[in-house]
Amino acid sequence: MPETNIRSAAGPPIPTHAELFLAFFKITLSGFGGTLPWTRRMFVEEKRWLTAQEFNDVYALCQFLPGPNIVNLTAVFGSRMRGPTGALAAWSGFLLVPFCVMLAAAVLYDRYGEVESVRRVLTGIAPAAAGLIIATVAKMAAPMFRKLGPAPFVVVATAVAIGLMRWPLLWVMLTMVPASIGLAWWVRR
Amino acid sequence: MKGDGDILLVLAVQFAIMALLALGGANAVVPEMHRQAVELRGWMSEREFADMFAISQAAPGPNVMMVTLIGYHVAGVAGAVVATFAMCGPTAILAQFLGRAWDGFKDAPWRIVVQAGLVPISVGLVGASAIVLTRASDHSWLAVVITVATAAVAYWTRWNPLWLIGIAGLAGLTGWV
Repeated sequence: MPETNIRSAAGPPIPTHAELFLAFFKITLSGFGGTLPWTRRMFVEEKRWLTAQEFNDVYALCQFLPGPNIVNLTAVFGSRMRGPTGALAAWSGFLLVPFCVMLAAAVLYDRYGEVESVRRVLTGIAPAAAGLIIATVAKMAAPMFRKLGPAPFVVVATAVAIGLMRWPLLWVMLTMVPASIGLAWWVRR
Repeated sequence: MKGDGDILLVLAVQFAIMALLALGGANAVVPEMHRQAVELRGWMSEREFADMFAISQAAPGPNVMMVTLIGYHVAGVAGAVVATFAMCGPTAILAQFLGRAWDGFKDAPWRIVVQAGLVPISVGLVGASAIVLTRASDHSWLAVVITVATAAVAYWTRWNPLWLIGIAGLAGLTGWV
């Protein structure tokens, strides 16, 4: 492993490949209702592999990289600790359990999805799941709507273009990304 | 399923492109998954899509695992594997490289501008997910009540969302929703 991937020797212990795999494996076992709080607890509080500030920096980066945030976080963190193979160890440790759980869920849904009682439960859960997303977006958007600037306009335009107009993601992104960065640059000039 | 190879290729390409385009994580890809799976390709009904999202929220692990359910529905175990890899693999590789490059530009002015421009887009995409999912799952007034109540409780309290999901499931079991 190239030494440049490993942090300074003075810092906390650097996890081995096996430790990386096991740490993320354990996180997914406890990660009911979102894995982020558990990841933070394991890394910052239990193992002390990262300081709170380092964790925030890594997470902020992963939040606006394309793709699933927390999966990206495993790769970025694993690669910082042990290079590309470290990234692979962390990534696979993180995905193994959820994949097996979801595969089992998929088989069960395929077989029992039309059973009356299952149907009823899902009919109740689906609107609640939609409500959770509404709360998530409200929490994310609230700070942006409290100050002047182009951000609220970009949020609404993106939501309408994709959610109501149902325009293809590719075209909306090709328009909105340069427009939004342009506006952000213009207000900061 | 006929033409298994073809369908796996479609899954791989579509999900990889989707993951690379959607800034801001699993919830940001929901509208495009819905457009592809329900509207364009007819892989599943509106109701099945809402079901799968609900299952992915209730199950342990990240919400992005909804792709595993879609992949299985479309092409069995192979479909589940291909869809999951396509959604989680390429962006993780990209994240490693960008993660290193990004650190080098930590305080560069253009980086701050790019970040300020991208964050509202990722929030807008999650907003679009909220719209798409609400439309797919709320077919009765009681369902609307559940959505509004869940959103309010999740926004203003620190309750574990699993309780809300459980209560909603019980309400559904009564057959009133």
